[in-house]
Amino acid sequence: MIDSPVLERVLTEALRNGGDFAEVFAEDRSSSSALLDDGRVEELASGRERGAGIRVVSGETTGFAHTADLSEAGLLRAAEAASAVARGGGGGSRTVGLTGPTGGGRGTEAVHTAGTKADALDLLQRADEAARASGDGISQVQAGFGTSTRRVLIANSDGLLAGDEQARTRFSVSCVALGDTGMQTGYETAARTLGFELFDEVSVEELARRASSQALAKLSARPAPSGELPVVLAGGSGGILFHEACGHGLEADHIVKDASVYAGKVGQRVASPLVTLVDDGTVGSEWGTFGVDDEGRPAQRNVLIEDGVLTDYLWDYLRARKEGRVSSGNGRRQSYRDLPMVRMTNTFLLPGDADADEIVAQTPRGVYVAKLGGGQVNTTTGDFVFGTTMAYLIEDGVITEPLRDANLIGNGPEVLKRIDAVATDFSMTPGTCGKDGQSVPVGCGQATMRLTGVTIGGTAE
Amino acid sequence: MSTVTEEAQAGGPAGGPDDLVELAERVAGWARTGEEVEVYVARGTETEVRAYEGEVESLTSATSAGIGIRVVVDHRLGFAWAGSLDESVLGETLAEARDNAAFATADEHVRLAVPDGVPAVPVDLWDDRLADVPTSRKIELALALEAQTRAADSRIRQVDSADYGDVAAESALVSTTGIRSSSRKTSGYLSVSVIAGDGDASQTGGGFSVGRGFDGLDPDRATDDAVTRAVRLLGATKGPSGRSTVVFDRRMATALLSVVSSALSGEAVAKGRSFFAGRVGELVGHPGLTLVDDPTDPRAYAASAYDAEGLACRRNALIEAGVLQGFLYDTVSGSRAGVPSTGSAVRGGYSGTPSPGCRALTLAPGPEGYDQDGVLAAVGEGLFVQSMTGMHSGVNPISGDFSVGAEGLMIRDGRLAEPVREITVASTLQRMLLSLVAVGGDVEWLPGIAAGQTLAIGDMQISGT
Repeated sequence: MIDSPVLERVLTEALRNGGDFAEVFAEDRSSSSALLDDGRVEELASGRERGAGIRVVSGETTGFAHTADLSEAGLLRAAEAASAVARGGGGGSRTVGLTGPTGGGRGTEAVHTAGTKADALDLLQRADEAARASGDGISQVQAGFGTSTRRVLIANSDGLLAGDEQARTRFSVSCVALGDTGMQTGYETAARTLGFELFDEVSVEELARRASSQALAKLSARPAPSGELPVVLAGGSGGILFHEACGHGLEADHIVKDASVYAGKVGQRVASPLVTLVDDGTVGSEWGTFGVDDEGRPAQRNVLIEDGVLTDYLWDYLRARKEGRVSSGNGRRQSYRDLPMVRMTNTFLLPGDADADEIVAQTPRGVYVAKLGGGQVNTTTGDFVFGTTMAYLIEDGVITEPLRDANLIGNGPEVLKRIDAVATDFSMTPGTCGKDGQSVPVGCGQATMRLTGVTIGGTAE
Repeated sequence: MSTVTEEAQAGGPAGGPDDLVELAERVAGWARTGEEVEVYVARGTETEVRAYEGEVESLTSATSAGIGIRVVVDHRLGFAWAGSLDESVLGETLAEARDNAAFATADEHVRLAVPDGVPAVPVDLWDDRLADVPTSRKIELALALEAQTRAADSRIRQVDSADYGDVAAESALVSTTGIRSSSRKTSGYLSVSVIAGDGDASQTGGGFSVGRGFDGLDPDRATDDAVTRAVRLLGATKGPSGRSTVVFDRRMATALLSVVSSALSGEAVAKGRSFFAGRVGELVGHPGLTLVDDPTDPRAYAASAYDAEGLACRRNALIEAGVLQGFLYDTVSGSRAGVPSTGSAVRGGYSGTPSPGCRALTLAPGPEGYDQDGVLAAVGEGLFVQSMTGMHSGVNPISGDFSVGAEGLMIRDGRLAEPVREITVASTLQRMLLSLVAVGGDVEWLPGIAAGQTLAIGDMQISGT
């Protein structure tokens, strides 16, 4: 994307006024998407975006500028703007030479295949037909396909030069079912860090049938209960519980500002002994997987909680530097227009040894969550919510009636202690994580597990 | 001077987006016979300063530009965009949009907007003075906001972030079907987020101030709001379960109206994704509920002279005295419903395509002076909600199911009483519209697509202890 001598000159310019650290992050992303809605292929869209973000760190201050102009002149202008914060600051000017290894990436270019537009339309039509064939109650189907290739190049004043190419493909089906009680919805998505070969692994018909059966099942759903009940979360139902209940609270940017309930708790018991929580950007082709993070650091496996004891936080360059340690490979950004932040990758609970069916059978009364939607957390208080998109009552150890959608609410440190069973049926689900206005792809995973009590936000008294 | 009409541009201010209009015209001129082409071009500059512990934590300055092109051939639509206005990408983007069109399903309703003769109401959204404000003053303001917030109350343990930001954005839209519009807009904001502590307990609060530029931003307002919200939640415990009337403060009311707005989209209605479908002329809300979308109101945060297809924005009555009046349409969804566009197309910048949506929703306000205190007094007993979580995971504008996490204070004897947290508030959107108990007269145009005004809604299920 940019030649090394140019990068060296730009980094040198960025430090002309002083400063401790300078970095060029260049990105070239192309994407295409197709949408089938109401029985018609409504829109094919293609997008192309390239540019660079340049940051200069001087003491506690970061200067940042970005540009869509990747010429040397364009990059030098951005470097000058970013260096304004260092004016009058210490450090002194210096010349940057890039000596680090290149291409920390996974070489995904060689592996991934790009489908044609016609291939994508065929998938959309197959999903539409499968969903509509599920039952007369299905009144509307929307199917979406999206794929993107993102090439990144990172160079910094420590001499690092790294690159990665990330191909990501997703497919989603959303259905509406119409019955006497009104409308209900079902939604399923498959997303991997892959090209078109995603569809060697994923059946769009199966995805469509799952989405339509959720919508149809909820037509006869009763209002969700209110108050506190035991909750069994199905394996792969979201894993978002951990993302919200503690993942965000373990991000070092919240820790260094003392804005997390988990600050100062390394070495302490923060969860049930059944909880071993891992964040790992290297897992197969999961949605949160990459070769190097957006600061040029290779993805790695980080154990956050081991047998209930907090072992570490997640780190990016800036927060790690403050603590005199190295980044854990969690510095990510939405695009070249954004500063990196501490972000999760694939965050999951390691499986236990219980039997999933037994967990349900041993729950006299509660809620069985087959699928979760999104969630949200206040890291300072630890209070978080997560929404169900397919849930059932458990009565006398048996899964019975479907429930209408509701949010569940809990407090992270309390809920983590209430996990009393974890099964073996582990799986992961993709998600989009939003933080401070930036969205990044993440994976969440867990096996079937039980919480002894969570507050359910239904409308039934 | 801001979003300018074609006529006004001739005598308009220097630095207007005339060059963007010319660029869009040039690209639209590359259309082939039998093609309709629409070209949207935009560019912007932004500054953001974040202060932390008396220092600048980050200073961002940036410019960006991009183009989005829609091509319609034989009632098939294709779209492409690029994050650049470089000469080399313009032709590529058009070619890609053209190629995409070939794959879409032919649909008689797919077409570009044509001028409908409705004159645009000029709204002034541009503050010339913003460009003259030196970065050093922006930094000073962010630092001052951080310092005064930290000192505002002994219980403020931390100021997580104190930000100043501004944006100047210009855009032009030109089509081969006769559309030619341009707009420009400046905005500025201050925002601060705090942690209040008392013993082991911590609570958070945020405050902000927004304006069309640098001048007029009110740091005291941002500080007071953030501090008040965090401090009054100290000591909060999990609230009790039960049925209750809920008073939503102005910020939360904006969020509620925004959710309802997606069910008022003519596209959602046409595709069977709105609980309002087929109910025009019926009572869908309390007789005291009148809802209007009027982007020509210059006080509205998202006010605009033109919609995202270049038609004049206009006032649209949606619900009057509880009776559903109609929906918001862009050209395609209007055609599908057999009605003209209501000038309600919105788009998410150059990388998005238009769809119908609200810009400036407001409820007919209650009596003047009927503010939050007045609504609390009228309600007597209930729950006051100052923040909600899980709006994206627990509110479904298709089924109407509504379940959110909430923080706030109990209402006793018509006043705010003890704080509560870790509770949910649930109902359905349909029932909430019918159960409206009070609408404040305290209209405030907050960031977003709806005005803030204190609302009270009856018969909601609270889930807590």
